[in-house]
Amino acid sequence: MYAAVVFLPLVGAVIAGMLAFVAPAGKARQARVDRAAQWITCGALLLSTVLAAFIFTDVVVAGNTGTVELFTWITSGALEVSWAIKVDTLTAVMLLVVTLVSAMVHVYSIGYMHGDPSIPRFMAYLNLFTFFMLTLVTADNLVQLYFGWEGVGLASYLLIGFWYDRPSANAAAIKAFLVNRVGDFGFVLGIFATFLLFQTVDLDTIFAAAANKADATFIVFGGEFHAITVICLLLFVGAMGKSAQIGLHTWLPDAMEGPTPVSALIHAATMVTAGVFMVARMSPLFEYSDTALAVVTIVGATTAVVTATIACVQNDIKRVIAYSTCSQLGYMFIAAGVSAYSAGVFHLTTHAFFKALLFLGAGSVIHAMSDEQDMRKMGGLWKMIPLTYGLMWVGSLAGAGIWPFAGYFSKETILEAAYAAGTGVGAYAFWLGAATALLTGFYSWRLLLMTFHGAPRGEETVIARVHESPKAMTVPLLVLAVGAIFAGYAGFEFFVGDKAADFWGSAILVLPSHPALEAADGVPGWVKLLPLGLGLGGIVLAYGMYMLFPGLPGALAGRFQPVYRFLLNKWYFDELYDAVFVRPAFYLARNFWKTGDGALIDGVGPDGVAAATRALARRAGRLQSGYLYHYAFAMLSGVVFLVTWYLLGQAG
Amino acid sequence: MTEFPILSLVTFLPLVGAGFILAIPGGDAEVVRRNARSVALWTSMITLLLSLFLWVQFDTTTAAFQFEERRAWMPAFNISYHMGVDGISMFFVLLTTLLTPICVLASWETVTDRVKEYMIAFLVMETMMVGMFSALDVVLFYIFFEGVLIPMFLIIGVWGGPRRVYAAFKFFLYTLTGSVLMLLAILAMYFTAGTADIPALMEYGFSADMQTWLWLAFFASFAVKLPMWPVHTWLPDAHVEAPTAGSVILAGVLLKFGGYGFLRFSLPMFPDATIEFAPLIFTLSIIAVIYVSLVALAQEDMKKLIAYSSVAHMGFVTVGVFTLTAQGIEGAIFMMLSHGVISAALFLIVGVVYDRMHSRDISTYGGLVHRMPVYALTFMLFMLASVGLPGTGGFIGEFLILLGIFQVNTWVAALTATGVVLGAMYMLYMYRRVIFGKVIKADLKAILDMNRREVMVFAPLILVVLWMGLYPAPFLDVMHVSVDNLIEPFEQARRAASGVAVAGR
Repeated sequence: MYAAVVFLPLVGAVIAGMLAFVAPAGKARQARVDRAAQWITCGALLLSTVLAAFIFTDVVVAGNTGTVELFTWITSGALEVSWAIKVDTLTAVMLLVVTLVSAMVHVYSIGYMHGDPSIPRFMAYLNLFTFFMLTLVTADNLVQLYFGWEGVGLASYLLIGFWYDRPSANAAAIKAFLVNRVGDFGFVLGIFATFLLFQTVDLDTIFAAAANKADATFIVFGGEFHAITVICLLLFVGAMGKSAQIGLHTWLPDAMEGPTPVSALIHAATMVTAGVFMVARMSPLFEYSDTALAVVTIVGATTAVVTATIACVQNDIKRVIAYSTCSQLGYMFIAAGVSAYSAGVFHLTTHAFFKALLFLGAGSVIHAMSDEQDMRKMGGLWKMIPLTYGLMWVGSLAGAGIWPFAGYFSKETILEAAYAAGTGVGAYAFWLGAATALLTGFYSWRLLLMTFHGAPRGEETVIARVHESPKAMTVPLLVLAVGAIFAGYAGFEFFVGDKAADFWGSAILVLPSHPALEAADGVPGWVKLLPLGLGLGGIVLAYGMYMLFPGLPGALAGRFQPVYRFLLNKWYFDELYDAVFVRPAFYLARNFWKTGDGALIDGVGPDGVAAATRALARRAGRLQSGYLYHYAFAMLSGVVFLVTWYLLGQAG
Repeated sequence: MTEFPILSLVTFLPLVGAGFILAIPGGDAEVVRRNARSVALWTSMITLLLSLFLWVQFDTTTAAFQFEERRAWMPAFNISYHMGVDGISMFFVLLTTLLTPICVLASWETVTDRVKEYMIAFLVMETMMVGMFSALDVVLFYIFFEGVLIPMFLIIGVWGGPRRVYAAFKFFLYTLTGSVLMLLAILAMYFTAGTADIPALMEYGFSADMQTWLWLAFFASFAVKLPMWPVHTWLPDAHVEAPTAGSVILAGVLLKFGGYGFLRFSLPMFPDATIEFAPLIFTLSIIAVIYVSLVALAQEDMKKLIAYSSVAHMGFVTVGVFTLTAQGIEGAIFMMLSHGVISAALFLIVGVVYDRMHSRDISTYGGLVHRMPVYALTFMLFMLASVGLPGTGGFIGEFLILLGIFQVNTWVAALTATGVVLGAMYMLYMYRRVIFGKVIKADLKAILDMNRREVMVFAPLILVVLWMGLYPAPFLDVMHVSVDNLIEPFEQARRAASGVAVAGR
């Protein structure tokens, strides 16, 4: 059953992929091929979801965790890596979230991609992505985790660049792959460091040995360092890439070039949360490094607030949600950093529902607006697409953390845990997290108000064609909305409440010295109320600025021009990287080639030697003048020289 | 020792085939061509099938040479015809026998000029290459090692592009210069040890002083062959001018001579010098990886780009070999094998569009995915294999090498690992410019996707590259014992010298 969950999507991907190469004549036949690809891929995913639900109950209720070995992958020296499927509570949660959201996105895509010429290819990519994501969450060793990790990166690359006619989509796809590779560079070094310390990459073996190695040091990069800290920091670099944390976040907003279902599935609900999953999975290591945990918290908190500020001024509806995703991922890392891993996974789960809902809702808006994404050209849509409007409200309420929607429970827990950690880093995270709550409320309602309220600002022809989306799109939205409303309330007790210990079993390790989550219940009342209050404050602020005083945003932007430009240009990260990395790389490339290889190596080496030989030959050739007396003179000189030399020798 | 001289058969069967082609009577030019192609294909296919016996019959429990054959050749000088393979060399033989029929098939329609001679050159070259990998006598080894140059020189010089003569001479002179030093070293070894037998030389134990000089002389030859920075500039020129199949053999097999040479000679025969010079190798390899990857980024010519990427990949190989760890060396061997398949496929991929458009410039193309979806998929697969995506053959070698070097020197590991990012950069950038986008160039609007013959050329390579990535155990199993045997002296030295460092971990 385990193998079936993972491999069904692969089978679907292969079949749909083959269908992509069938090029039947005529529209009707093409439609039939498309239909077949959609049935197969959706069927595979729905079946996977049902099986995942079975596994979930099996693990959580009956406590049947375990590992299934498939076959050996790599052996070399002391290294042994198998293909295996590890299932515990953490995996089961991820399996359920991934398959469920993925299934909804598959169904939604039938409606959204209607009329696209490459439907089988799209469905195949979606299935392929799900396969890689499932191998990632079921990995029982670091190398297999890396397989899934790179695999989802590949699927992301393919899907961002799905519309390969667009230069911007191709550029975004490459950027996503490369930035992720930078993260993976850290991740593989982390794997190597793990192997150096533990002589294995097998997760269970590592976790069993971690306590013994808690104080171990090794010599890397020219100094002696605490081994587990080095490992965790390197692995976390990978997480920063995949989960778009500050510094390596620049690919995620650009990834919005992909079709909207992709943004919902990969760049909101599942793939980008892989970093959080990995940190939770590696909790038995992270627990032994306070330094690494502090770094995780600081990076998470900083990302949360920085990206939230950017989200407040963007005008592209998908980019607002993309920056919001970075920000929410920051929350998850705050949780992980204060050892409240389960709270992080809790937020991962609720976020998967409400963010997928928001993205797919935005997709519904874009669909209705004939592919317009600029919110400045929307407005007044609420009467025309009421169902989408209502669903976007649900998603926004959940995202802003308003009681009793899903985001409230998970976000509250995280901030309480950060406060309860009682450390300076925890306080940093708490206050930045609280500020982020305000911003979240603001940008969420800014999006809602700009899109749905006020006077319609779009072109008349576009507005005239606005229509509610088909059932294939709205039904998945409704399913996700149910999750966005109830997942928090329903999951609270299990994920972080009284039943948490039974629920998680041994999937997550928290040392007694890190009691943040247990202490979260006992924080002062104002700590519990502050995020909610700030969230509401953000909503009121947005209402004031965009409904009551519509002139205010423009006036503020004009008054604080530098700040506005700074935010609008996303803190100039792209420009900075372009100047520091991209341009110098191409500059060096050209110079190494032309000057290094061309002028220096070839010039001095083979071409130089050849030229010198030729010059010598030419000079020798010049001696052959063709005049007899030249030769005669030379010969005579030679004879004179020889005779002289001989006589001198005799004399001596 | 087997009764049946299978290794000699695999080695010399192509030569027999070449003889048959030579014997094809003149007459209708078209008939001659067809016959030459058929004979070449059949010969190389039968050779491939025969060589598979080596794998089936291979005993993975011993590090000794297998399928050994020994005949007195020049008994007065103690030089014999001695052949055999072990876990290090066996797969290189298979790589050669796999790529040769693919080359023949790939040249089926594209080479129309002097087909007879062309096919003879390839079959002769196959004999030389297989012989090189299985020779167990230095003199025999040297003959095969140098003999390969001749057919390759002709292939580039006769069937090559416009600057073929420059490229052919550059290739020939570069490699010959290196080899001359190796020849001197071989003579020195022969006169010191009194034997030309490779297993005997491995046991001999040269003095430390001598090891240094011998190591350097061999290094000169192998560094050019690999090629290592800064003696790599012959490779891009040779590749650009060589016909497609020539590039396939050049990148697929000839580049492996250097890495194989290090493993067969430098490590076992000059262990002290190997340890002494490892830092030099690491430095040159890191430069190769970073510098050459950047150079690849600036290329406008597809073949040149892949040629430079080969140099960068060989940088990984040399790092792996000189880690002197099981993972590093197995990774290096694995990477040479996977690179043999992947780079061969990439050159064939360039060949496909070159045959149609007669241009290797990246700027000639764009939007090919619209007209050639099968081609785009094949290209994608090998591009990803080249950047070392897990699940493809490219990943295993890269991963093992980096894992090995991290245990030895973390700085070298980190600097080499930057190649993982840089490699993705130039490959994705090229793929995008060739495959993606709209078809705007008028002459590309009618370009055709791959035909059946071309699909048949790629099918075996695709299978092998995925197999190597998903289930590499059959490949690695063959190597384990031989590699362990190879590194045993170094392991001992390490254990003796640094009980401290191990405890420190």
